[in-house]
Amino acid sequence: MLADIRLVAAKDLRIEWRSRVTLSQVLPFALLVLVLFGFALDANRAVLDAATSGLYWITVLFVGLMSVQRATAIETTDGARRALLLAGIEPAAVFLGKALAVMVQLLFVELVLVGGVIVLFDASVESLPLLVSTCVVATVGIAASGTLLGALVAGVRARETVLPILLLPVLAPVLIGATRAFDDALGTVAVDGWAWLGLLAGFGAINTVLGALAYGVLLEET
Amino acid sequence: MSIIRLHAAVALIGRFPALAGVDLEVGEGEVVLVQGPNGAGKSTLLRLCAGLMRLEAGEGTVLGRDLATERPAIRRSVGLLGHDTALYADLTVRENLDFWAKASRVDPAAVEPAMARLGVAERLHDVSVGLLSAGQRRRVALAAVVVRRPRLWLLDEPHAGLDPSGRDLVDQLVGDAAAAGATVLLSSHEVDRTLDLATRRITVAGGIITGDVSDAR
Repeated sequence: MLADIRLVAAKDLRIEWRSRVTLSQVLPFALLVLVLFGFALDANRAVLDAATSGLYWITVLFVGLMSVQRATAIETTDGARRALLLAGIEPAAVFLGKALAVMVQLLFVELVLVGGVIVLFDASVESLPLLVSTCVVATVGIAASGTLLGALVAGVRARETVLPILLLPVLAPVLIGATRAFDDALGTVAVDGWAWLGLLAGFGAINTVLGALAYGVLLEET
Repeated sequence: MSIIRLHAAVALIGRFPALAGVDLEVGEGEVVLVQGPNGAGKSTLLRLCAGLMRLEAGEGTVLGRDLATERPAIRRSVGLLGHDTALYADLTVRENLDFWAKASRVDPAAVEPAMARLGVAERLHDVSVGLLSAGQRRRVALAAVVVRRPRLWLLDEPHAGLDPSGRDLVDQLVGDAAAAGATVLLSSHEVDRTLDLATRRITVAGGIITGDVSDAR
């Protein structure tokens, strides 16, 4: 199982490395969104400070959406999903491998975006452990639920437009929890960020287990 | 021993019965040409035998395994060349075949000979699949089937998109597979060409088998 997870994740990451989609398209898009948020709110510095965490995580959700769409397209473009079934890899391993690859890409973008909010929004980090933990735990939830819903819409003709409609509401708890935890980590609002991290961990765990269990059915049926 | 045994098999695409009660028995070492007009159910028949479609009614076994309950085991044992090539455009030919070999629990040492056999070694070894012509991609997809060394070959329009040498290669592969005791089910519109290969010809129309001629040659 672990070997299969590694095999699928390495394949997706190698494809990403070759295509450079994250580096050449997703990352510039994410930075552009941050810059535009900055333009929109710069006139009122207090609002920008208070909204920094939320703007960061909205940007991350957009990036997550793009990464998941890309990860889904890799398998649907030339019928590789069927070949995965024929190969006999455990569907749970396919799910975990794909989610892991999405997670790695997202964490890379999130790292750059943290630099972006520090430089562009003049944010400061008060608790690095909380900030790093929030990124990792929230990203597990985004990658898991995104990969699962990506498989759900894989057989739908207009999946590029259906996926955001399904995924963004599902990710609302991540947006709320990660924003609150980031508020604490950046010191912008006095909340207990570690408590919100618990919500994120629960969301991530539920979606990971659900994805591992349901992915096989989705591979078969979509 | 029956490699494929279907009785009143029904398979749906959406709500449409693409196979509407198929009876078929194929023995070991047979090369069966499946012919019929577009939309007759040829591809569905191959996909059902590959364990990729659910048996909605009737019963059937493939390689001795029940189509209703043992589809994962069936899938692992067959080699299917479908309309899609199931290749990753951003990976090289070698990387694609290595991935599918490892995913299928096949010794990656089988990849190099298969590439050489299909004429995609050397010059194309490290070329991204996305840069290949449709015919070259088809050859790589065939190499992926060869690597698996299946007991049951399911080839859906294997000659499509190939140049004359590629078509000859397909014929040789089918002949070699049959000589090695494998069973081959292939659909093709190139009836004249495939009649020389086939030991039997079945005709599918409207989701049922309307003709079955043994010793097709």
